[in-house]
Amino acid sequence: MIVTGATLFGLVAAGLIGVGLYGLIVNPQPLRKILAFNVIGSGVFLLFGVVARRGAALGLGGDPVPQALLITGIVVAFSATALAVTVLLRLFEETGSTTLASDAPAVASEPVVDAGTGTAALPTRGG
Amino acid sequence: MIVDAFYAAPALLILALGVYTTFVRDTFPATVGFLAYGLLLTVAWVQLHGVDVALTEAAIGGGLTGLLLVRASAKLRATEAGARAQRPSLALRLAAAVLCGCVTLALAITVLTLPDPAPSLAVEALAHIAPTGVGNPITAVLMAYRAMDTLLESIVLLLALVGVWSLAPDRAWGGRPGPRYNADPDGILAFIARVLPPIGIIVGVYIFWVGADAPGGKFQGATIVAAMWLLTLMAGLSDVPPISRRWMRVLLVAGPAVFIAVGIVGVITTGTFLAYPDGWAKPLILVIEFALMPSLALTLGLVLAGAPERPAP
Repeated sequence: MIVTGATLFGLVAAGLIGVGLYGLIVNPQPLRKILAFNVIGSGVFLLFGVVARRGAALGLGGDPVPQALLITGIVVAFSATALAVTVLLRLFEETGSTTLASDAPAVASEPVVDAGTGTAALPTRGG
Repeated sequence: MIVDAFYAAPALLILALGVYTTFVRDTFPATVGFLAYGLLLTVAWVQLHGVDVALTEAAIGGGLTGLLLVRASAKLRATEAGARAQRPSLALRLAAAVLCGCVTLALAITVLTLPDPAPSLAVEALAHIAPTGVGNPITAVLMAYRAMDTLLESIVLLLALVGVWSLAPDRAWGGRPGPRYNADPDGILAFIARVLPPIGIIVGVYIFWVGADAPGGKFQGATIVAAMWLLTLMAGLSDVPPISRRWMRVLLVAGPAVFIAVGIVGVITTGTFLAYPDGWAKPLILVIEFALMPSLALTLGLVLAGAPERPAP
């Protein structure tokens, strides 16, 4: 059996969707869920890219319609990710925790006004 | 099974990095892994002959999204230890693994049984490209055949920015987003932030301009310009203006507003929204793209800068 490049990437895409879905279900941290969601998303995009590649005709390397939709999709995925990450950072700023568990630990009772903790890797903030 | 190593190497590395970002214990290495994963996906897109998609993946899918996630993981490091205690039970993990295995298996079977010859709109896309005046069929899809998608996409991006801004605490509303970065003015970051932007802006504008006839386009070009701006911000050489600035808000909506105005011109002249009158397609596409490019660069940069944190002076 000869696996062409496009088919191989299609199989990788199927694997990525499964791996990302597992991360989305199992990982308790919201940021990891957002990350896993992006892995699923890129798997879906890759699968669609394989469909585009298979539609190559008239000297074009791929079907331009799915490729254009992919560009739109990547930008929309970025918009959603940016919004989700900002919601998460705001939640952390308000409650000092990002847990999704309904029986949240007691840490949640002391709000962190200046979210200075955990920013050690970033340049210091002024102003 | 015979597999070409040229395809197999990046394919396996992508899968391995996808597994790594999902299973590695700490979030920070996971996000760094995601950055590398995005760059490798770019290679995959080139091999799949989607150079336009590769540029978008490198700039937005990997680059900007990766930067966003790396930064967030650094800020949320304090929550790591608490979250680890909430690991789900073995039974749930097993159930999830079985479910995900089934999903992958079903998709893999679908990939192996895709119809041959594959359906394609390539012939249709090329048959009607001459009246649009552009040479890149993907740009023809984005700006002529399916211009509505592109209009809505630019509005989605704007709505994301409105959403990000609306998460500002009351005291900071109308103020400046994010922290004011202080880097060593003689350090390597400040040096690169002085040297790179002139080159980066030219590359960004070139990718924007060449998009009419070759791989490239406004989103990819705007991302590069936005990245140059972010670089000067992180080096402490410039600061984000307060979000209450009127000129900034006008610039943000100018692109989508011009796009809608051209759509209305289509209604008046041809009776269809976003239809271009005969012979006017290329000039009108250029008007939209020139209006959209600065708006997109500003929107992308501000989405990355985040919610306002510092009250306006």
